[in-house]
Amino acid sequence: MTAADIHGEGTGAPAGARVLDADDISRIVGRISHEILERAHGAHDLVLLGIQTRGVPLARRIATRMGEIEGVPVPVGALDITMYRDDLSLRGARPLHATDIPAEGVDGRLVVLVDDVLFSGRTVRAALDALSDIGRPRAVQLAVLVDRGHRELPLRADYVGKNIPTSLEQSVRVRVQELDGVDEVVVSG
Amino acid sequence: MNKHLLSAADLTREDALSILDTAAELARVTDRAVKKLPTLRGRTVVNLFFEDSTRTRISFEAAAKRLSADVITFSAKGSSVSKGESLKDTALTLEAMGADAVIVRHGASGAPHRLAHSGWIEGVVINAGDGTHEHPTQALLDAFTLRQHLGELEGRRVVVVGDVLHSRVARSNVLLLHTLGAEVTLVAPPTLMPVGVDSWPCEVSYDLDEALPGADAVMMLRVQAERMNAAYFPTSNEYSRRYGLDVRRAGLLADDGIVLHPGPMNRGMEITAEVADGPRSVIVEQVTNGVHVRMAVLYLLLGVADAPEEAAE
Repeated sequence: MTAADIHGEGTGAPAGARVLDADDISRIVGRISHEILERAHGAHDLVLLGIQTRGVPLARRIATRMGEIEGVPVPVGALDITMYRDDLSLRGARPLHATDIPAEGVDGRLVVLVDDVLFSGRTVRAALDALSDIGRPRAVQLAVLVDRGHRELPLRADYVGKNIPTSLEQSVRVRVQELDGVDEVVVSG
Repeated sequence: MNKHLLSAADLTREDALSILDTAAELARVTDRAVKKLPTLRGRTVVNLFFEDSTRTRISFEAAAKRLSADVITFSAKGSSVSKGESLKDTALTLEAMGADAVIVRHGASGAPHRLAHSGWIEGVVINAGDGTHEHPTQALLDAFTLRQHLGELEGRRVVVVGDVLHSRVARSNVLLLHTLGAEVTLVAPPTLMPVGVDSWPCEVSYDLDEALPGADAVMMLRVQAERMNAAYFPTSNEYSRRYGLDVRRAGLLADDGIVLHPGPMNRGMEITAEVADGPRSVIVEQVTNGVHVRMAVLYLLLGVADAPEEAAE
């Protein structure tokens, strides 16, 4: 999701709880980096694309970690899906963020989309549409920091930092050092 | 932001910057293979042109199509307007067709305002030039072009030269550039300066050579012969000599100073071919930027929530 704050349904984490702290997030970034590399048999055709806004710093961190593990730089970019959303008439126009595709492009590569929270799946749907206008990857995978359930589309993540069961009334707020000055995930409401 | 875009004065500084920033992001989409975005799929945009126009009409059409809107172009020639249909009946027809946005150009100042506030249509109205009144998207694309070359416009000095009296571009530019913090000087022969120009937020001069030195940009206006029913200046030669932009005068600008013209140009009249095609000229860029700015306007005006926004994003 581009938004840090999302509503959900059901029952789960207690309100106002910090469910992940900076150390947890750092460990998750490390584990997901290894998982992606393991499944892709290395980083030779990988491209990481963070979904604006909080997916972008997470993608950069994963790319940096992969670079340390593999000893080669991993291309990383940003994808803004605002113009591909299906809720323009519900939510109105939102400000745009940058889309930066690495010089290597996405054609024939394994693209891993990175986002902070997986919720309805509509952001990922929009990201797949945006990606298909940019090029034709060999395959697309999805990595998320938090999966909070309540999917409205037939999508799933390939790499999940933490599954957090939530109710629809709750909101999940992801904060990252680069944008918010602190690394944490808080469930509230 | 207001529902309609009728005047550059409708835009606050925040609105204007939001349009220009959105346009800058949209401009990057044109660098890629697939230039189309699905954003306005299912929306209908009507180009309602009661007056001839090439670049504005094509520019709006391209902008709407790149956002996947359905575009209906309606020009007065070959329509029932030439049979005497009124603005009201035309508007009612468009409303019956379900237009989400109506882009209107009309020879009468105030026609877009009438269309927007009459209750005839529900959709968004965008002024694409009304009489000698306003042309806000032209001002926006000019501001976008200036910003690309000069950075933020706060404190920048822009000289607008020529037929101010008949120019909707001049009025919209003065208003918008003032909102964005630039200092504008209008230069024209006294006969081509509108009544009441002293109340506009700009300087007024009758001497081009005095106004140009050190300016960051000069915007040349077209001499609108088709609107001139009287002798506003003795001969075109004299006009060119006193108010035309040639290489010597372009050299008076600041080192990185640029030359704009909203087009279509009268080469040899208000601007020499040498300057129009010279290194300071950004006239071709203005046309390209027009599409990006109009995409941004359509997106921001049509992207108004039907339902109240939820508390959390």
